[in-house]
Amino acid sequence: MKRYSVFAIAREALRQHQGWNRAWASPEPRSKYDVIIVGAGGHGLATAYYLGKNFGITNVAVIEKGWLGGGNTGRNTTIIRSNYLQDPSAAIYEKSRSLYETMSQDLNYNVMFSPRGVLMLAQTEHEVRGYKRTAQANALQGVTTEFVDAKRVKEICPIMNTDGPRYPVLGGLWQARGGTARHDAVAWGYARACSDMGMHIIQQCEVKGVTTDGGKVTGVSTTKGDIGCDKLGMVVAGHASHLAQMAGFQLPIESVALQALVSEPIKPCMDIVVMANTVHGYLSQSDKGEMVIGGGTDGYNNYTQRGSFHHVEETVRALVETFPMLAQLKMLRQWGGIVDVTGDRSPILSKTPVDGCFVNCGWGTGGFKAIPGSGWAMAELMAKGHSPLTEEFTMNRFRHGKFIDESVAAGVAH
Amino acid sequence: MLMLHCPNCGRDVDETDLHAGGEAHLRREGAEASAEAFEDYLFMRKNPKGVHFERWHHTFGCGKWFHAARDTATLEVFGTYSAQTSEPPKEIIDRIAEKRPNWSWESDT
Repeated sequence: MKRYSVFAIAREALRQHQGWNRAWASPEPRSKYDVIIVGAGGHGLATAYYLGKNFGITNVAVIEKGWLGGGNTGRNTTIIRSNYLQDPSAAIYEKSRSLYETMSQDLNYNVMFSPRGVLMLAQTEHEVRGYKRTAQANALQGVTTEFVDAKRVKEICPIMNTDGPRYPVLGGLWQARGGTARHDAVAWGYARACSDMGMHIIQQCEVKGVTTDGGKVTGVSTTKGDIGCDKLGMVVAGHASHLAQMAGFQLPIESVALQALVSEPIKPCMDIVVMANTVHGYLSQSDKGEMVIGGGTDGYNNYTQRGSFHHVEETVRALVETFPMLAQLKMLRQWGGIVDVTGDRSPILSKTPVDGCFVNCGWGTGGFKAIPGSGWAMAELMAKGHSPLTEEFTMNRFRHGKFIDESVAAGVAH
Repeated sequence: MLMLHCPNCGRDVDETDLHAGGEAHLRREGAEASAEAFEDYLFMRKNPKGVHFERWHHTFGCGKWFHAARDTATLEVFGTYSAQTSEPPKEIIDRIAEKRPNWSWESDT
């Protein structure tokens, strides 16, 4: 792999950019791999990357039915934060946030991580109490957050109207080290690093079945033929239940559509990420100047990657009171992704009833921030059979009532 | 926008008047049931990419529950029916079987 650097740019500038290599190879599948990861989104590629980097397992294929990073990895609102309430969540999300800080150097690929700060608005008395509690929990977990009052909120984000009649801003949970990153670059960077380690990234290859022998996974049948493996990692977000069904088990997951939209690009006006969970809206400004707005989920099971206009209306209607300037903007694009939601709004990183088959899903509406931490933990789980970061996130926790209940703490918006 | 026919009050209603209630025909076990049975009832979901039977509440209308048969991959609605049943009526099953030859109620349950 040719490293990207300022010298490489200068060299290529002098020869009409003829010397750039493809960032990753597109090989035909072999008949067998040590590990197959289904799903070449951020989580799948990160899992493959850390299998190679941390455990030296490089005979790995990452199989993708569409194109690389074309699912939720390319559809989210790129928010990175780790201000969760429960200890297991804080551990994996904070691991993830810290890995984002060094990701560009680690991958030699600019993922444009921008730790601009994430502010979660408290717009009801309940939220004030809830976020104060979260700030206290974060202090014990070693996650740096603070509860700030309305005056400080106004200082951090001057374009905000903090004394609206219906949703006054009473304060906020401020994580200064949260932020955003370029979501495509995260997938591309991992793909390039995986390909460099000799792993196969196989796009346009849909898994049609999972083959087992005596309760142990032996491979997958795909649109490009049967491919064998010793271990199988299912990292397919909204399609987790669909794939699990092929392997013969059920998951405590429901798939619903989550949508986002962006405005026309405008001059820089907001240099942080704001989340308003009471009104199900979150907002940041992209480097291109677009206001990126995320909304709530549709309530019903859905595998179509589109949104619905009444949710757009609901989100924007609520946000314009807090951000009156938004009312002047035209919206450019709107899209949806299928998110996999569990009963306690926490993910599943787990062994399954099928020996050698592991599942990483249930990130629901908030998976992007978790990509490196999830990959790190999933790789350890698949390589060693256990990981301190995944211990609490088993698929059986619902049976035992051991919820990691973030549904109250995080609400809808992630 | 998704539109469903409420069999209770006979109106065709927009999804904004409704509240989705998740998978229908779940079997609730008694107090003596195992942890696994309660897990199935409370958390495990078929979540199919395809034919789905689900509960809907006509929240901003007659206030009653009903069931719908819908395809989660295409958003096609096969029909709605009373919630006072443990399985879909035959005409709904027949209509789905006609449109989805690979599907059957037996293999679904």
